[in-house]
Amino acid sequence: MALAKLKEDATLARLAGITLPEGATWATAARSDALARLSAMGLPTRRDEYWRYTDPASLIVADAPPAALFDNGEGPLFAGVDRIALVFVDGVFDAAASSDLAGEGLEIHRLADVTQRDIHWAKDLYGTLEHRGQHPVERPLAALNTAFASDGIVIRATAQVSKPVHLVYLHQSTTSDATLHNLVRVEAGASLTLLETGPGAARLSTCLEVDIAERGQFHHIRAQGNDHERRAVTHCFAQLAAESVFKSFTLTFNGVLTRNECVIDIRGDDAVAHVAGACVGDGADFHHDDTVFVTHDALRGESRQVFKKVLRNGAVGVFQGKILVKQGAQKTDGYQISQSLLLDDDSQFLAKPELEIYADDVACSHGSTTGAIDETALFYLRSRGVPMEVARNLLTLSFLAEALAEIEDQALADELQSRLEGWLARRT
Amino acid sequence: MLEIKGLQVKLEEEDKQILKGVDLSIAPGTVHAIMGPNGSGKSTLSYVLSGKDGYTVTGGSAMLEGADLLEMEPEERAAAGLFLAFQYPVEIPGVGNMTFLRTAVNAQRKARGEEELSAGDFLKVVRAKAKDLQIDAEMLKRPVNVGFSGGEKKRNEILQMAMLEPKMCILDETDSGLDVDAMKLVADGVNALRSEGRSFLVITHYQRLLDHIKPDIVHIMADGRIIQSGGPELALEVENNGYADILAGVA
Repeated sequence: MALAKLKEDATLARLAGITLPEGATWATAARSDALARLSAMGLPTRRDEYWRYTDPASLIVADAPPAALFDNGEGPLFAGVDRIALVFVDGVFDAAASSDLAGEGLEIHRLADVTQRDIHWAKDLYGTLEHRGQHPVERPLAALNTAFASDGIVIRATAQVSKPVHLVYLHQSTTSDATLHNLVRVEAGASLTLLETGPGAARLSTCLEVDIAERGQFHHIRAQGNDHERRAVTHCFAQLAAESVFKSFTLTFNGVLTRNECVIDIRGDDAVAHVAGACVGDGADFHHDDTVFVTHDALRGESRQVFKKVLRNGAVGVFQGKILVKQGAQKTDGYQISQSLLLDDDSQFLAKPELEIYADDVACSHGSTTGAIDETALFYLRSRGVPMEVARNLLTLSFLAEALAEIEDQALADELQSRLEGWLARRT
Repeated sequence: MLEIKGLQVKLEEEDKQILKGVDLSIAPGTVHAIMGPNGSGKSTLSYVLSGKDGYTVTGGSAMLEGADLLEMEPEERAAAGLFLAFQYPVEIPGVGNMTFLRTAVNAQRKARGEEELSAGDFLKVVRAKAKDLQIDAEMLKRPVNVGFSGGEKKRNEILQMAMLEPKMCILDETDSGLDVDAMKLVADGVNALRSEGRSFLVITHYQRLLDHIKPDIVHIMADGRIIQSGGPELALEVENNGYADILAGVA
């Protein structure tokens, strides 16, 4: 079906201003392919089913809306962790501030280098999972990313890697507009932990494609912050082979607009995929959207979605989560919970949980709740002498605890917890 | 210690008078018990004294050592020395019992202008007190009351009381849901806290608890008023004859 005229015009106008990065033949082909897909589907508008609750306009407009810098004085996250830190400033790789592109059991490159060369596994992966993830739901901003991403990190884990790889996204220019594309291949029996932190730019688009081979394990912990006016659209496409494990957790602070899409494809038997997130938003300018799509296409797969949002002063949270169980994906265990804590009457949570099941021997459940601070618990704490605001903060942390519990590494979880405490304390 | 005069309370949401003029005077170092049939207003009295929402005071006063309780926020009442052991202690997932205790203790110390306890000092004190109540390290680490048995929850209430060292302790049906051994443990915990400067108000349905926590004075509450007061023998009379005689006698 032809695109609506308006949508087509808007898409053409947006693409007119950008040129594809240069690269090897394969890279140019992959980018042109993504561009062709994008042109065919058009950029999103609020009329699109999956953008009904989130206005994509400011993610698409040619000039990124400016975003002031914000320093809460807490210093960089995970600075004390023994890790391979790779730093991007407004989307530009900072070699001087970064660790060497090497590690035991690891192959690490910059995407900007890879696209000039012939590294077969990276070549095979770039844009492939994104392309497949366009069905049954279109994700035009992911195709836009694949077409125009200027850089990123490409990682192959060939063993159980002890040191996490940490992508540090710094934001220094108030008008920056960054597009990064990362690739991860976890080989059979290997494991990798990937950390991502920072606002990255006034407007940041990241796309992560993760290919996990048999018995491979991938852990992903991300913190998006802190600047109040930043915007971000992120995509994660993961494919899981037999007995592999994928676990992703995202903590989001502030920002005017964040859209996190996670598309998980369980293709091998006995695989496990957990995706979780917590966000805290203050003010009518805060809009946070988690859009998750988990496909079970193998036996005995286990998936889990746990999302918690704390919203105050008119902040808006969105959750669109789907579990699709294909025919033959018997003994699937799918779970989904999305919850919001509204700290006042002005804030809003919009949830669209979906289950679509074509196998007859599965256990799938989902739930979604919206609520206020529990008055009985609040009175209990106050009756012990805990002042009102401190009690509210404790109960807010209590609400978020189930999502944070999804992080397996306790030290990393504690660090994120302390950032949450700081965020709440600054508002007390 | 606690002076309640003509206290009248109704529900905020509906026009229903619960307390119809309660008079109660508790001297320092004494243990008072309130007994009474269901719906007589016993729990309401404990909630109103500790500052729970949902009630409107329509008359009378409640003073703790000369300070007007009814004017204070719940946390101010706690800092002033009031403690309510809940009939149904609340579960708070995600907040460690230890974190909760330390936050409460230090908040009260701060409110009273005292120095906060260091983590180390706090740990020492809490471990010793927990041991007396047979609360193990695992229970201190777990989220507040989550997955606790009925007995564990009540012991946890008494641990909080022991840590906060209040002057005026109200126990709201602390015996409910406890077996004999658990009740004894809780009662021992309470008895260990009895002192010259500390008073107790024990609300209960049954005389049994009062075998373990021996009251100085027993009050019978019915229809929003204290209708009779006496010594421990009054509790025995209730145990043997029920409330009917007493209610009939007043009517």
